[in-house]
Amino acid sequence: MKFNKTFDRALWVFHLNTGSCNGCDIEIVAALTPRYDVERFGLKLVGSPRHADVLLMTGPVTRAMAPRVERIYRQTPEPKVVMVIGNCGCSTGVYYESYNILGPIDKFLKNIDPDVKIIYVPGCPPRPEAIIDATAKAWLVLEGLRGDA
Amino acid sequence: MIQAIAVKLILSAIVAIASIYVGLGLKGVDRKLAARMQGRIGPPLRQPFWDVSKLFQKENIVPYHAVDWVFNLMPLVAFTSAIVIMLYMPIGPLKPVLGGFGDLILVVYLFAFPSLAMAIGGFSSGSPIGAIGAQREMVVMMSYELPLAIVVFSRAMILSSGGIEGLTLKLAIDPWSMVGMLGIIGLCLLLASLLMVIPGELAKIPFDQPEAETELAGGVLAEYSGRNMGMFYLADAVKSLAIASLVIALFFPWGISSYFSGLPELGGYAVTAWALDGAFFLLKVFLILLVSVTVVRVVMPRVKIDRASSFYMFTTGAIAAIGMLLIYICINGGF
Repeated sequence: MKFNKTFDRALWVFHLNTGSCNGCDIEIVAALTPRYDVERFGLKLVGSPRHADVLLMTGPVTRAMAPRVERIYRQTPEPKVVMVIGNCGCSTGVYYESYNILGPIDKFLKNIDPDVKIIYVPGCPPRPEAIIDATAKAWLVLEGLRGDA
Repeated sequence: MIQAIAVKLILSAIVAIASIYVGLGLKGVDRKLAARMQGRIGPPLRQPFWDVSKLFQKENIVPYHAVDWVFNLMPLVAFTSAIVIMLYMPIGPLKPVLGGFGDLILVVYLFAFPSLAMAIGGFSSGSPIGAIGAQREMVVMMSYELPLAIVVFSRAMILSSGGIEGLTLKLAIDPWSMVGMLGIIGLCLLLASLLMVIPGELAKIPFDQPEAETELAGGVLAEYSGRNMGMFYLADAVKSLAIASLVIALFFPWGISSYFSGLPELGGYAVTAWALDGAFFLLKVFLILLVSVTVVRVVMPRVKIDRASSFYMFTTGAIAAIGMLLIYICINGGF
């Protein structure tokens, strides 16, 4: 598939809490506030995964959330990028080897889709600047998908 | 005959393309201004164009439980009916392209079409969220139809009292000069209620219950993605231009070119006057949308669905009805 330049100027973001402590979610909301204002880069928080280009996932994948994470990932139309916010999602963090989690998000998603494109934003929680920087990385990933250079 | 049809077709195509561009541009201005009012920088003015371009490149998913032909047809119906409304609107110096083929009542029904298509699309998506959104869309639609109809018919009453045959929007006639003092008060009330109808018609805050993102995950649009979503996006953009054109056609059908003398002409055509009137039309559209969409959606929260319904049925309906009564007294009583 070929995508033109406008694609990465209009990323719509769906926020999914896969079992986080809500710390990272607050930082995502902070990135939308007047101080950081990610909408100036065309980012928009949408209510449905069907509208999304980027899935913002926070927290390790808990057993209860696992089937939902899989469904929401499959409901998102191609091309899509997953952005993992926070240490817990990147490496399970403080929940390391906990009994009620299935592991970090990337391991879980690679079982579902081997070609999944993931951007990691470590931090506990990461600052809004880091999240904005990661959206720039999302552009780079989508540029890799772009047919015309 | 064939020549006349060809001219109509070419004009229709020009109006359609222009109204898509202007509608998207207005959406960009709206988003920028709303962001500035909230102390943000906001997206660039070209953002809606990028959004549409992106949506048309995305994968188009039809859900497993959806009725696929209805699901795919409804975005097209919403988009085309929004364009058809524009063909019945006087746009600045340009008379309505399809002016001879319908009247004011047809325009009122055409305004119901995009919302109806959205509701049917929501029902056909097979998702409970889509169904709830569609029900809300119908409730809001039935509520604002009453004041909208009253406003349009009162305006038609003024037109027909002046001896103009039919109820067409063909002629740009100033309603304010055709009524007395009481009628002017009535017209102000009608204008106020029409401005109140606009957020409901366009599903903008405080009347965006059908698409409430935080509670209904997009509501009627919840299952739409890719090209279909892009169609609805375009329909929304064109509809906002169409409803502003309706306000202008009903209440402010003036141009400004008659106030200037000696405007240069090009090959016998008053090109400069047309450009001036066109620019003035865009300014009026911008001001109407600024007052009734941008400012309102920044300062107000979303209301509950029953509040929205009773607001349109009783408050706005009552204001419009009083306006109609005043105009009736004015015309028939000679005040």
